Amino acid sequence: MTKELLKGNVAFAEAAVRYGLQAYFGYPITPQSEALEHLAERMIDEGRVFLQAESEVAAINMVYGAACAGVRVMTSTSGPGFSLMAEGFSYIAGSEVPAVAVNMMRGGPGLGNIQPSQSDYFFMTKSAGHGDFHPIVLAPANVQELIDMMGLAFDLAEKYRTLVFMAGDGALGQMMESAELPPMQPLRTERPDWAVTGNAGRASRVITSLYLDPTQLEKLNLRLQHKLAIIKANEVRWREYQTGDADLLLIAYGMVGRICLSVMREARQQGLKVGLLRPQTLWPFPEARIAELAGRVRGILVAEMSAGQMLEDVERVVKGKVPIRFHGRMGGIMPMVDEILADVEKLAGEVGVGSRE
Amino acid sequence: MGIQANIPEEMELVYGYPAALTARSTHYCPGCTHGIVHRLIAEVIDELGIQGQTIGVAPVGCAVLAYDYFDMDFVEASHGRAPAMATGIKRVSPDKIVFTYQGDGDLAAIGTAEIIQAANRGELITTIFINNAIYGMTGGQMAPTTLPGMVTTSSPAGRDCRLAGYPVQMSEILAVTAGAAYITRETVADIPSINKTRNAIKRAFMTQMAGLGFACVEVLSTCPTNWNMDPWKAMEWAKENMTKTFPLGTFKMTDAVKALKA
Repeated sequence: MTKELLKGNVAFAEAAVRYGLQAYFGYPITPQSEALEHLAERMIDEGRVFLQAESEVAAINMVYGAACAGVRVMTSTSGPGFSLMAEGFSYIAGSEVPAVAVNMMRGGPGLGNIQPSQSDYFFMTKSAGHGDFHPIVLAPANVQELIDMMGLAFDLAEKYRTLVFMAGDGALGQMMESAELPPMQPLRTERPDWAVTGNAGRASRVITSLYLDPTQLEKLNLRLQHKLAIIKANEVRWREYQTGDADLLLIAYGMVGRICLSVMREARQQGLKVGLLRPQTLWPFPEARIAELAGRVRGILVAEMSAGQMLEDVERVVKGKVPIRFHGRMGGIMPMVDEILADVEKLAGEVGVGSRE
Repeated sequence: MGIQANIPEEMELVYGYPAALTARSTHYCPGCTHGIVHRLIAEVIDELGIQGQTIGVAPVGCAVLAYDYFDMDFVEASHGRAPAMATGIKRVSPDKIVFTYQGDGDLAAIGTAEIIQAANRGELITTIFINNAIYGMTGGQMAPTTLPGMVTTSSPAGRDCRLAGYPVQMSEILAVTAGAAYITRETVADIPSINKTRNAIKRAFMTQMAGLGFACVEVLSTCPTNWNMDPWKAMEWAKENMTKTFPLGTFKMTDAVKALKA
């Protein structure tokens, strides 16, 4: 395969096709509509299921139905649409069926705007709907990683029979970069042994999230929590850059993680020993590694396109061991390298590390 | 698989459970018509020989546990979303028979978008719509289908249409969608009506099997508990009053559906 110039939204949509997507249900919303448009053509060409739903509410419930029938299925949207899907997310979680939802985050709250944002972090990692559950949340930082993570998203969804979110942002969806798509994979022909396919030759199957008996519902919840614990133990992913000798640690994900890579390089040129940890899974969060690094560095700077959402997870994990500073931009504004760098320099001064050491 | 009654050898079992029903006793109140409609659906599924290919979608409402009573694959939808969920199932399983079973709160209030859009797409699903003019499961609140002046727990002085809007006539609405092939309103308030409803349900399933479009059978039903009536009076009341706001009849039947031998 060769590299080609791909727009983020088209890239993940095409990657999904090649990773064996069997059905897509969605509703247009900026800044992810190119994904829906691409799939409208490609899924029909491939003889697979594509349907533009009447709303995100309907789209996620169509996803829910198709997931119950045992096919590889996904939807994609942005913040306002994601809010509407919360109902379906909860039912999907309670029913333990696999599904993937991409959120190309935009500025909020409300209608907000259509610029990049990371302000759905709490929503995606902590409270994607009513009840006790966590989807797995993947956070790609470039188009290649977005492509690669589509395959991972389906694999994890099906391995654990769980909901997987792709946490992108408007910039990742809209920008074009050189990237390589995977080869076309064969479609799954079998339906899993829990799916509703008609009871011919076997006992009837029921997929529900309703357990009127509290002991049964607690049992379901204990099973879900047990599964989440297994996911936490096995599926934490992150990337580290120059943390070996770092005095200061940057923590950022997605596009901001990528910006922070430049911040780190600039700081290093000034003689500041700065490292970067970029979570690739927001849930499960790389808690153990951050706690470990917090024991070695002198200060931490968290950068996000939000008011400080991932920040709370970092604070929870670091437990006050070292000073944590925050650089956040909101309203759809991406932070620039120099503004984060200025905060790094400030933090260096506060904790007494610097180029003269 | 039905109850195997202990009957003497010289006697013949002439009436039992349809194969498509489980032998479980329902949780429905005495006199509730859900049981009748469940049985009619099951009889039709038996007759058409489609039990093994059928997937049901249960609603939120009194029939939320319908999957306990039907012996076939079933899913449980969120409130009003059964047509969207059925769409998802049917699109990826075009060889299966998919039906939704929905009440009037589910279909005519919270789920209006999903049912109208599914009908308009000509989604190859069958909807059985139970209209008893009230929210049963939550304790008798006003439904979109509650009759003018009707007293409910959330319209204690009787439904004032100027404040609360007018009864929603779903069959009439669905009938104007291009994708609908068969839309009919029936009742189960007496024996001839029950037989007629059975035929309508059969035609609705056959519409799907023949790929002719969306089909919906609205069934005027009773809720003796929340109507504060005995079952007999509830049947009379449904015939007498509900049919004035919700006239019985077939609102759409394409020529192809008409040609089906139901």
